[in-house]
Amino acid sequence: MATKTRASSKKKKAPAKGGKQGPEIIRVPETTVEIVSDSGEGAQKCGQIFGAVCAKMGNGAWTVEIIPAEIQPPPRTATGGSGNRVRFGTEEVTNWGDATNLVVAFNEQVLLGRVDLEALAEDAIVLLENQWATHPDEDIRKQWEEGLKKLSEHDYRIIEVPMEEECLKIVEDPRRGKNMFALGMLAWIYDRDRELIRGQIAHQFRKKSEEVYERNVELMEAGYAWAEKNLDFRIEVPTVPSDVPKVVMNGNEAVGMGVIASGMELCSMYPITPATAASHYLGDVFQKFGGVVHQAEDEIAAVGVAIGASYAGKVACTITSGPGLSLKQEFLGLAVMLEIPLVVVDVQRGGPSTGLPTKAEQSDLLTACFGQHGDSPHVVMAAATIEECFHSIVTARRIAEAFKTVVIVLTDANLATGVQPFPRPQVDARWQQTPVNLAPVSPDKPPYDWDPRTGLTPRRVPGQPGGMFTATGLAHNEWSKVAYDPESHQRGCQMRSRKMAVLQSTLKTPEIRGDSSGELLVVGWGSTKGAIEEAVDRARAEGLSVSSCHITILSPLPPGLKEMFSRFDRVMTVELNYSDEPDDPYITEDNRRRAQLCRLLREMTLVDVDCWSRVPGQPLRPGNILKAIKQRLEMGAKV
Amino acid sequence: MTHYGCSLLSCGVIDERHFEMEDYQGAIARWCPGCGDHSILTAVQRLLEEEQLKPEETVFVSGIGCSSRFPHYVKTYGFHGLHGRALPVATGIKLERPELRVFVTMGDGDCCSIGAGHWIHATRYNVDMVAMLLDNNMYGLTKGQTSPTTPEQFPSNTQPHGSYLRPLNPMSATLGVTNASFVAQTAEWIPQHLFETMRAAYHHKGFSFIRILQRCPVYTSSIYEAAVRSPDMIEMLIHDDGIHIPDLEEIYKNQVIHDPSNLGEARRLAEPDGKFRIGILYKNESLPRYLEIRRLPARTAEERVKLLNEELDRYAV
Repeated sequence: MATKTRASSKKKKAPAKGGKQGPEIIRVPETTVEIVSDSGEGAQKCGQIFGAVCAKMGNGAWTVEIIPAEIQPPPRTATGGSGNRVRFGTEEVTNWGDATNLVVAFNEQVLLGRVDLEALAEDAIVLLENQWATHPDEDIRKQWEEGLKKLSEHDYRIIEVPMEEECLKIVEDPRRGKNMFALGMLAWIYDRDRELIRGQIAHQFRKKSEEVYERNVELMEAGYAWAEKNLDFRIEVPTVPSDVPKVVMNGNEAVGMGVIASGMELCSMYPITPATAASHYLGDVFQKFGGVVHQAEDEIAAVGVAIGASYAGKVACTITSGPGLSLKQEFLGLAVMLEIPLVVVDVQRGGPSTGLPTKAEQSDLLTACFGQHGDSPHVVMAAATIEECFHSIVTARRIAEAFKTVVIVLTDANLATGVQPFPRPQVDARWQQTPVNLAPVSPDKPPYDWDPRTGLTPRRVPGQPGGMFTATGLAHNEWSKVAYDPESHQRGCQMRSRKMAVLQSTLKTPEIRGDSSGELLVVGWGSTKGAIEEAVDRARAEGLSVSSCHITILSPLPPGLKEMFSRFDRVMTVELNYSDEPDDPYITEDNRRRAQLCRLLREMTLVDVDCWSRVPGQPLRPGNILKAIKQRLEMGAKV
Repeated sequence: MTHYGCSLLSCGVIDERHFEMEDYQGAIARWCPGCGDHSILTAVQRLLEEEQLKPEETVFVSGIGCSSRFPHYVKTYGFHGLHGRALPVATGIKLERPELRVFVTMGDGDCCSIGAGHWIHATRYNVDMVAMLLDNNMYGLTKGQTSPTTPEQFPSNTQPHGSYLRPLNPMSATLGVTNASFVAQTAEWIPQHLFETMRAAYHHKGFSFIRILQRCPVYTSSIYEAAVRSPDMIEMLIHDDGIHIPDLEEIYKNQVIHDPSNLGEARRLAEPDGKFRIGILYKNESLPRYLEIRRLPARTAEERVKLLNEELDRYAV
């Protein structure tokens, strides 16, 4: 695989086709493929279809988007690359993995962008569009030469492919068709079921004409035929048919379906990346279910409308990303104070400020927990997988209603745009909400009839005769009367806090992956789960004494953590947010700023929990986590 | 949306209750003596009584400020929320429960400053509710700061040398918004007019915006003093399709016939020219209403589950 075959004259010498004995078959348990293009050339569609087909064929798969912040950044730039990265294997794939084994690139600049990010394995195979070598623009030809020189510093096997030329035989504008040609090449290389591919093409272009579908299929077939004729290798990733029915979707779609499954009928939102796609999905289908996506005038209004709807009856939700969460905080405090159930989904991205709007980060945990002023006890939970994006919304709605409070569900850009197959949810009609209860209430019953054992109070909504009261954000007593006296405010805060104690008492201690005691325990939350577990599994396979656990409900934290931590010499969190490294020359024990879950765990357990975290704007790689694990193990015990 | 549920009262059982004004009496109002809000509260309670609105099916939503204490003083359901954010909450209530009668009270800081974005968009959504701007030209509860409607050069604690800017005109602003469907102005010291304006707003199908000129005895008593004393400064806009109170003709001699369907004329009349104009400036029930645009057929839990399974089929591997 490491042989370099760079065909210099594309016309005469077809690249890399060997003798007559057919292609070499390379069999691997898992592999990672990328397709990158300029924005607008459709690499993402190609990757999405390829990923879906892998999943449908029975491979475990994890797809992530490679996405620039702009809609149409300048062409042929290293930072403007757009595409998809598909890791698939025989077994379940839980994360995006380490390095890419094969890349299809539409120009050398977007490829160099990926190289700069160390995305490629050193022995990666590169299928590279080569029209630039003979491009009329001299600058472009020069860039091509220089680019290839840079690439030659690596051990990549570069195969030049005349994609433009081949596509021109079928379409006038290959910018609108090369992606399907690339898909066809991948179909041949990985022996993908072309019937399934045609089905996926039909799904992708369902809103377009039959002609568009047919042309795309034709391009795909052309790519397939070209690869068959010109390539000397095929890669086999055996598939195992699943014994349980599965579905494949991205995290935003899973969130949208979770909203429907949870029985919520109103999603009130304001456009923000990367959360908006969930609303796009709901906007498309929600009305079938009698649901409304309300696009409000701003983030504050979006949550205000959801709170108004929840106050008036059922539980509504709002979906946003970090900047939107910041804007909603005052309203979230109000919902906590008024004890109005509300589900908030925060699809996290890089921050602060506009930060990395299209890229993954786990930096909103603390603001989700503590962003409101005053004492504002509420629930924060995080989805770790795409499957959990679905189920966590159902759970969130139920907790919100049972405890009459705000539940914030954290996902992130990695989950939002990642695509993964998972067991098909068994939808239950009991997840739906019951009709609003408009039974009369006794005027002798206060609206906040707190049960001192639980802090809970029956829900009361407009329309219930006898129950009239004014919900107020001012400090109030059980009658919801404005009360500035010390006892009333103390009691209100205590009752709202007690609900969290009750919820906490129902939570289970997270399970440990690996031995229940040892040298190192790695603790994670949210979308890093797959990568952490893969790293821990590799470490254990090397004989290292490492275990991991993953926390789903982050506020209130589950019971038993302190005892669990006491069984390990050292505890560290691995997170996708910023922390100071302990060996940074400017950093001491006194000034070190730690990762977000790490802070919560230290406060809760009084254990000297360490952390390793990064903000690369992309998911963590298991290989890097493994390195961090080894480094921390060398540092010895710390509990 | 689906399933509003059903109370005995809405299930065909005849409701024989009769409500007196006292039935709408909430907590004792804690506004200053002489505050115009007292008169607005009375007019509202009179409206509720006259229309026999069921207290449990009526919701008063407010923001923060003197005027936003309003819900506490009316014995209906109430939502006393955030500064400037009454309108989104009211919109959410109507989206979930269109059958509820929703009234919104806001101050000039609430509506025209911190919540100005919501004011514009609520006007555009045209959700059926009555929105009252209780405009005393000043932040009262926080003790005398310049508001967007404070007259130019009028001193306050934040602008002690006088307000730097010309005041924002809530009438022209509302009339400039696409889909504005009911825009009226009235004054709390003319109770009959105040009441009739509220009643017209209540009966209007759509978003009814009323600006109520309101005296603040502590911070802005001088602003309306002249108009209160000399009715000649008031110009009453009258029309068969607007408000016409013959009893007031003797006191308020400046009566101008204005057809509230005439938007261009309404905008002209809204422009400041030294006169206090009260009446319905604009009214149009034919404009699209958000709830009716978004209203959807009800779905049962079973239907939703069936549809969701069909949706999952599309994603099945």
